[in-house]
Amino acid sequence: MLWSDIVSFITQVLSRHRFRTIVLWVAIAIGVVAVNLLTALGEGAKSFVLEEFNVLGRNTLIILPGKKETTGGMPPLTGESPRPLTLEDAQFVSRLSGVKSVAPIVVGNLEASYAGKIREALTIGSSRDFFIIRQLSVAQGNILPELDLDKGEAVCVIGNQLQKELFGQQSSLGQRIRIGDTRFRVIGVLKKGGTSFGFDMDDVIIVPVANAQSLFNVDGLFRLFAEVRVYQQLDTVKRAIVDLLTERHEGEEDVTVISQDAMLSSVQEILDILTIAVAGIAAISMLVAGILIMNMMMITVSQRVKEIGLLKAMGATSSTVRTLFLCEAGLIAIVSSLSGLLLSHVITSIANLYFTDLQFYPPWWAQVGSIVLAVVFALLFSWLPAQRASTLSPVEALQGKQQKETT
Amino acid sequence: MIELKHLEKKFHIGDQVVHALDDVSLRIEQGEYIAVMGPSGSGKSTLMNILGLLDRANSGDYLLDGINASALGEAERTRLRSDKIGFVFQSYHLVPRLTARENVELPMMLSGIPVKQRKKAVDDVLDKLNLMDRAHHSPNQLSGGQRQRVAIGRAIVMKPSILLADEPTGNLDSKSGEEVTKLLESLNDEGITLMIVTHDPTLGARARRQLNMLDGRIV
Repeated sequence: MLWSDIVSFITQVLSRHRFRTIVLWVAIAIGVVAVNLLTALGEGAKSFVLEEFNVLGRNTLIILPGKKETTGGMPPLTGESPRPLTLEDAQFVSRLSGVKSVAPIVVGNLEASYAGKIREALTIGSSRDFFIIRQLSVAQGNILPELDLDKGEAVCVIGNQLQKELFGQQSSLGQRIRIGDTRFRVIGVLKKGGTSFGFDMDDVIIVPVANAQSLFNVDGLFRLFAEVRVYQQLDTVKRAIVDLLTERHEGEEDVTVISQDAMLSSVQEILDILTIAVAGIAAISMLVAGILIMNMMMITVSQRVKEIGLLKAMGATSSTVRTLFLCEAGLIAIVSSLSGLLLSHVITSIANLYFTDLQFYPPWWAQVGSIVLAVVFALLFSWLPAQRASTLSPVEALQGKQQKETT
Repeated sequence: MIELKHLEKKFHIGDQVVHALDDVSLRIEQGEYIAVMGPSGSGKSTLMNILGLLDRANSGDYLLDGINASALGEAERTRLRSDKIGFVFQSYHLVPRLTARENVELPMMLSGIPVKQRKKAVDDVLDKLNLMDRAHHSPNQLSGGQRQRVAIGRAIVMKPSILLADEPTGNLDSKSGEEVTKLLESLNDEGITLMIVTHDPTLGARARRQLNMLDGRIV
């Protein structure tokens, strides 16, 4: 039988048995839509979470004082006293060739007051580059000025929420607020940014790092962000920083340098597993559709026993009959799964219009996988009915009996 | 030419063994017109099914145009059947979702004959059977006589050498029955071997050769 004839023959069958065709179509399409929507949801959630973690940019290295080991083993017998990471260290790091900028961080909670109103706020001491690395921008005024790291200036940038609580409707720019026991001039108000990476950026005060050190009376840094010039040099620069700081710390490697990617990859792994698990659950709906196909094809074979007998009498071989039934299931699976895919794209596009925070898009592997799975299930589950049809004896089938050929 | 040598066919019904064919030997020349008659259960349908390669005998040989059909595999028998044998059934067995034309075309389609070649052969057959104006009707829009003519068209479109007709007029009124019989006879005049299985003695009497069957034997 010619392929074109097989297709037209099947199309006639499918259009003739409209109800059955629609039921199968809906069942398969639902399975495909389920797989695509659930994975889109998983992927959407993943990219949302990753974006939250991604504020630093992948060119950023985070340098922590102290050697953090995750390999286990016995804790050291002598007490650990890591040397602090100092501003001088930061300056040396900033002079490394691959490093574009550094942002030293000192943090602590301090009371900020203005006109009798007192708020406790997270105070971050850093540099102008901190704003660039963290992609923070101001709604009013300016970010911190360009200063030498060890030079202070009594200016601060405050978070959106804090500005409202201390100043109400009043403008805060140029006003002096008391932080700890020092007075700082407000030079900028951050854009409403929400929380990111654990810090509520609406409720912070950012001051030059030197001022923060004197406010908290510390020498060491909480951590140091370093941005490399090109991503490809990330590992080289990482090594260079470790070497430099080891040398500066009298030969002892007592800092930890982590990259964004290292942090992200573990989070990503967890989220990937979640997405796959969800996809697996959705795939069960495909299995159900597959069993429905089997039942429907069984009924079809019983209903069309006479026709099968006739086809065989007219010169259709067993394999032709089997091909016809398999292709029937295959064709309907292809058409339904493609329309299911189309439907999932329509649904995700509509969802994306309404939820701008989360972007849903079914990943390519789910799109391809759901179609392949639908077709494979359809063929697998129609194999038995098709086999039954192909082994019918023409003599008995013509009489409407459903016995197997006895040869 | 058909040659049957000592054909045996047994059926088991419960614990009883029924001899549907009991040592049947037969020789049919090309172009013969034969009527097979006999009461129900005499084995005429079984003989027909075996001649039509739809069924196999338990023992004995069946030579069709010199080919030993008993020795062939299922796929080869199918090919031989579609090349050499046309079937006409009492209840037409047309595919209801296909038009008259598509029903006639069906055997050629199943044999994988190219569309162009098919079109010509189908046109010829429809023309010959005066069915051109009914070509695009579906079977349920046709009268019984027309349906049987479509079925005959389907049987001869592959230009078989044998036409096996099982009670071809059984479901028809006498006028349509007469038309169908005449059509079959005219095809026989053109050289096709015609074998009709019937209960109807007047139809049987028209054949040039009669085979009467009883209890699986030709008497």
